[in-house]
Amino acid sequence: MSGLTLFYTAFTYIAIAIFLYGFLTRIWKYATTPSPLKIPLTPAPVQPAGAVYRIIQEVGFFKSLFYSNRIIWLAGYLFHLALAIVLIKHARFFFASTPVAFHWITTFEIWIGFIMLLPLLLLFLLRLVIDRTYYISIMMDYLILVLLMGIAVTGILTKYFVRTDIVSVKQFVMGLVQVRPEALPADPIFIIHFTLVMLLLIYFPFSKLMHAGGIFFSPTRNQVDDPRELRHETAWAAKG
Amino acid sequence: MAETTAVKTGMPAPPKKAEDEIPQLTGLIPKPKIVRGTAAHYKAYVAKPEIQEKLDFPGSLVDNWEEAAVRRLGELLEKYKSLQVYLDICVRCGSCTDKCHYFIGTKDPKNMPVARQDLLRKVYRKYFTLEGKVLGSLVGAIGFDLELLAEWYSYFHQCSQCRRCSLYCPYGIDTAEISMAAREIMDSIGMGQKYTNEIIGKVHEIGNNLGLNPKALANSLENVEEEIEEDTGAPVKLPLDVEDADILLVTPSADFFALPHVESLIGYAKVFHQAGVNWTLSSTASEAGNFGMFIGSYDQMKKVALRVRQAILELRPKRLVVGECGHAWRIAYSFWNTLIGPFDMLDPKYPRPQHICEFTLDLINRGALELDKSANDEFVVTFHDSCNVARASRMGDRPGGQFDIPREVIKAVVNRYVDMEEDAIKERTFCCGGGGGLLTDELLDLRIKGAYPKVQALRNIMDTHEVNFMALICAICKAQFTKVLPKFNIPMTVAGGVHQLVGRAVVLGAKE
Repeated sequence: MSGLTLFYTAFTYIAIAIFLYGFLTRIWKYATTPSPLKIPLTPAPVQPAGAVYRIIQEVGFFKSLFYSNRIIWLAGYLFHLALAIVLIKHARFFFASTPVAFHWITTFEIWIGFIMLLPLLLLFLLRLVIDRTYYISIMMDYLILVLLMGIAVTGILTKYFVRTDIVSVKQFVMGLVQVRPEALPADPIFIIHFTLVMLLLIYFPFSKLMHAGGIFFSPTRNQVDDPRELRHETAWAAKG
Repeated sequence: MAETTAVKTGMPAPPKKAEDEIPQLTGLIPKPKIVRGTAAHYKAYVAKPEIQEKLDFPGSLVDNWEEAAVRRLGELLEKYKSLQVYLDICVRCGSCTDKCHYFIGTKDPKNMPVARQDLLRKVYRKYFTLEGKVLGSLVGAIGFDLELLAEWYSYFHQCSQCRRCSLYCPYGIDTAEISMAAREIMDSIGMGQKYTNEIIGKVHEIGNNLGLNPKALANSLENVEEEIEEDTGAPVKLPLDVEDADILLVTPSADFFALPHVESLIGYAKVFHQAGVNWTLSSTASEAGNFGMFIGSYDQMKKVALRVRQAILELRPKRLVVGECGHAWRIAYSFWNTLIGPFDMLDPKYPRPQHICEFTLDLINRGALELDKSANDEFVVTFHDSCNVARASRMGDRPGGQFDIPREVIKAVVNRYVDMEEDAIKERTFCCGGGGGLLTDELLDLRIKGAYPKVQALRNIMDTHEVNFMALICAICKAQFTKVLPKFNIPMTVAGGVHQLVGRAVVLGAKE
């Protein structure tokens, strides 16, 4: 086994460990930090089921963003939708034979990669062109977009323009899954694509990318509007 | 304050800066191009030591203030899920950037909600996140220094905590939560705001925001009784400290003598009189307002609210009704049950507490009030949704009752009612520009800028539908609009209370 394979095998495990540990400890923190007062943004649902539906609308359709800014909504929504589809498409690397449940995904050809890439480009341009978003953008906002664009571009390349040997990628990934390290495919585009994804995973829990889990814990969106009917108490506030 | 000082000393008032010019009413609520620094000179007065110490805050900036501020931020992160989550998950998408009335009015980019939040996030990243410690300014992590503290003080007192930004944020990030935390941190290091903290001290000492002692309050109520009797011939009473009444009314102290507030007090009194209920005010709980919320202090908010519990225990009313006040209704509706509940001693058949508009509409629907709409025929009325009522509370059983119930009350007492444009009412309403502890003279220029989007919407409906009365349910809105409307060449009498209209329409003696 080559040194590069050994390195990438270790790198992958470390990256995934950092991602999982970082993400889960962050989520644990969000889940366990108290909310001493009821602060749903009203009008808000008066039943728990309504609050769940409200969160589903936000996560599934970016409802608030839709009513706020159509261009950012369009770019953001298309990107996230394409990302979700691309992630599911990658599932075939993790199964010996693709489960029937995933067959529909083959409807989405290479163009889905562009649907992921173009909104990123638009989001990048919007940051530069609109004076308000240019003012609030910090260097990392651009770098994250560049990182995601890099992942999208290399992904498109492996699939279409400089085709990577899918079989050897699958062997490599299955080896990682089953903890039987297999050779890293000797394909520079694939290696760059894979490296960028691992970097994204490592950075994820320490960054604004935590909006992915954090949105579920937003008190203005997930709380039920029932403070008159139910007395809301938290431990530290009750003591005071 | 500045104006009166200048008059007293005979000194000319300082010349107006170009950026303090009154915004032009063009017909549209604009999305302005940013102009840096236009609002940097708005500074609320810093509280003096004697004001701070009454609230157990350090009198002036402590020596190790940076360390103390970071420590306090750390404590708040453990206590408030909102703060912890919201500091982490903003992606700076820009959705909120054109939604704040202070940004629209001042064009200062630091008044964009995300930029205001980032003043605190800079410190959070620097001291509490790995990315900030490792990557520094690349991720916008900045050490806390005096320059940044000055920006905190200026711009966290240019937020009225109205939550409009939160409505438009894809994650519901609420700048009110952030500015409350920032103010709490500043109080903890001795950088409190004079206006708010002085008023909280007054509540502790005397019992209400205006410093009206029980004797003065009784006098004031007697005057109002005489005024009603002169006007109508009816012996409408405003009882004080009556035990075992049906209803305890807790209302903002401005209602006792400020204009147009007192007109609404007269309206409540006529409604109670005509409904034949036995009601009372309390000299202990002579204030519905609670500025503890503005400074983010749970302890101060609870201490102020406990006066209401004390009054309930002393006077033993069956029901609790709250007068026209926006932030007070947020605290009463959303927080009282937590802070001073449970209200087991009150009649569970009625909401605990109940808004005066809920109370009045219930009477109207049951036919218990004889109303003469024509008494308000000189008015074409519109309604301003107060931010705290619209986005931080409810009335009635259904979501959105806080929009429908006051409108139904108004429509029951006037013949001509029309709503302002959609982007400026209901959950999208603009703040009056004076909320959140900013209703102070030294911030008047800022308040004019903050009022501008709402005034534009009002001007539009005045021009198209001949509206001449904007009904309000908030003491701060009333004080703010009567002050700033004349700056836009709109008469101050356009601003008034919902129960001012109700009071005019109630036919006294009709259903004894």
